[in-house]
Amino acid sequence: MKNRNLALAGLASVCLLVAACGTSSTGSSPGAPGGQGFTPPKLDALAQLGQPEGQLNVLAWPGYAENGSNDPKVNWVTPFEQATGCKVNVKSFGTSDEAVSLMKTGQYDVVSASGDASLRLIASGDVEPVNTALVPNYGDVYEFLKNKPWNSVNNVAYGIPHGWGANLLTWRTDKVTPAPTSWSVMFDRNSPYAGKVIAYDSPIYIADAALYLQKHQPDLGIKNPYALDDKQFQAAVGLLKQQRPLVSEYWSDYLKESQALKNGDAVLGTAWQVTVNLTKTEGSPVESVLPSEGATGWSDTWMVAAKSAHKTCAYKWLDHIISPKVNAQVAEYFGESPANAKACAETVDKKHCDTYHAGDGAYAAKIAYWTTPITQCLDGRTDVKCKDYGEWTRAWTEIKG
Amino acid sequence: MTSVSSPRRTLSAFLYRTPKLRLGILLSAPLAWLGFAYLGALAALFITAFWHTDAFTGQVVTEWSLDNFATLFGDAVYRTITIRTVGIAALVTVVDAVIAFPMAFYMAKFASPRAQRLLVIAVMTPLWASYLVKAYAWRTMLSGNGVLHWLLNPFGLDSPGYGLSATVITLSYLWLPYMILPIYAGLERLPNSLVDASGDLGAKSFRTFRSVVLPLTFPAIVAGSIFTFSLSLGDYIAVKIVGGTNQMLGNVVYDNIGAANNLPFAATVATVPVVIMLVYLAAVRRTGALDNL
Repeated sequence: MKNRNLALAGLASVCLLVAACGTSSTGSSPGAPGGQGFTPPKLDALAQLGQPEGQLNVLAWPGYAENGSNDPKVNWVTPFEQATGCKVNVKSFGTSDEAVSLMKTGQYDVVSASGDASLRLIASGDVEPVNTALVPNYGDVYEFLKNKPWNSVNNVAYGIPHGWGANLLTWRTDKVTPAPTSWSVMFDRNSPYAGKVIAYDSPIYIADAALYLQKHQPDLGIKNPYALDDKQFQAAVGLLKQQRPLVSEYWSDYLKESQALKNGDAVLGTAWQVTVNLTKTEGSPVESVLPSEGATGWSDTWMVAAKSAHKTCAYKWLDHIISPKVNAQVAEYFGESPANAKACAETVDKKHCDTYHAGDGAYAAKIAYWTTPITQCLDGRTDVKCKDYGEWTRAWTEIKG
Repeated sequence: MTSVSSPRRTLSAFLYRTPKLRLGILLSAPLAWLGFAYLGALAALFITAFWHTDAFTGQVVTEWSLDNFATLFGDAVYRTITIRTVGIAALVTVVDAVIAFPMAFYMAKFASPRAQRLLVIAVMTPLWASYLVKAYAWRTMLSGNGVLHWLLNPFGLDSPGYGLSATVITLSYLWLPYMILPIYAGLERLPNSLVDASGDLGAKSFRTFRSVVLPLTFPAIVAGSIFTFSLSLGDYIAVKIVGGTNQMLGNVVYDNIGAANNLPFAATVATVPVVIMLVYLAAVRRTGALDNL
């Protein structure tokens, strides 16, 4: 019987974790999904800054809060620590879902949230409105990024725009010829790269399939890849099930993806520019493109946790991270468009902002930014119900099989 | 002894006179652990399994319903994942038993005492390295241009690549010490005279193995199998690193906590390995192997 206890002890600790989290939440569900018109919990923005609290816990996408541990030359956390006295602890996450559940622990002060996380964080009361008057650099942020559906509710700003970009089609130039220009190499069942495709491991990836169908099966009538009725949703899920045999791995850790591309276990896939840059610096011939169908992408927002005990440090961080110089550093390191118009003058590569169409609102509008799917269709249809994120999540488990 | 203060002497004398109280105090800490941390957590797990979350905000809604269990039993995908997980766990157990038995047999019966000690240490050394280091080492070895590819290529074979076989190989490697050590201990307790007697009575080596060695060491194999089976059943890291697109029950639990933020459904799925282990232990109990542990 001793063995039985030992063997189940590990399980018991998992159970404890589940139990602790499960019972600590209350039954109330503030802000039930209601399209654009949901009511977030009543929270007030910070009125004025105090003394820096000496500490700041940052929850960020990989590459957004570099402290020199990945590359000694890439460091914008230490200058912040020196200027403000706020000691920064950085935790990075691989998917928006991970960010949402980590924010629920209440251990983080600021988070870089994409559109498929921000509204959920606002609705659950995990983040609070941001007093943009306390962030001097907010004035230089491009107007087309301010007060968007993913960073504000009823014209109340819940965060500071950080940057935006697209999920790119990436390939090994020595293994994939001719260079692909369409996502079809990842979705077509006769793709010559079967078994060497790497895809993103998150329910939001269903939108990539929907975007593909939007262009290739117009009769489905998809207008917004995040607003899918039952028929459109089943088509997208079907396409991903058809894709599964082609896939060698699903990635949520960008380092794992980089390694797979480097070793040739995958030769083709969807990746962030930062992954492409990293893989290139390690000597692998990879290239990326925004395919003809367009792409899904992100427009990220720095938000402040409602329960944060380090709000002055948090606001200092918000101002620091979108200051022209730092915003330029992050944008170049991660490979995205900066949010601050003045950042374009600070980039090492002077053409960076042109390459990424930084100030080009029309181009930015072409990317299908990650948004949380809800029952009320985001494309404005009122005659049908759309699939909500819970169903996307269940379908994702089913797709992976 | 004169330095002992009288209240302490009174207390010790009182405890000496009341053995039941003494035993109670001694056992209170482990029993509290067992009660609260272990059984309490299991109970909380079952309770959470009947709740659900608000899909948009991710808050847990404490309303009772059987929806989670309906999903678990209704969706074919969870059956597939359960069968895959049990299959992997069973295969890992068999592979480990087949590799571990000859190894343990040599260690217990043939090796000199000095070699025995060295071999035990050698078996244990992998346990000193981190799980992740070992799993990632296998990821590198199993890669398309890794060591396995290089070794097998001259024979016209290739590395299995990332997938189910890679998962079984990696897990078998990881849990092998947990199988070798109990079998080694079991074989050490087996008197050599029994093997000799069997030979004297005319049994060939295979007959001796089947009728004498195996029945006597069966409880040890079962003990090892409980380790390898339960550890594989709950694993979700190795399959994420070398498993390609495959997912196991642990991944479903992990994804529901980490990605979907659906704790109640994670709890529902987590009950599956608990039930499987209970069935396994009941089956093992029927063989009588647990009585000899």
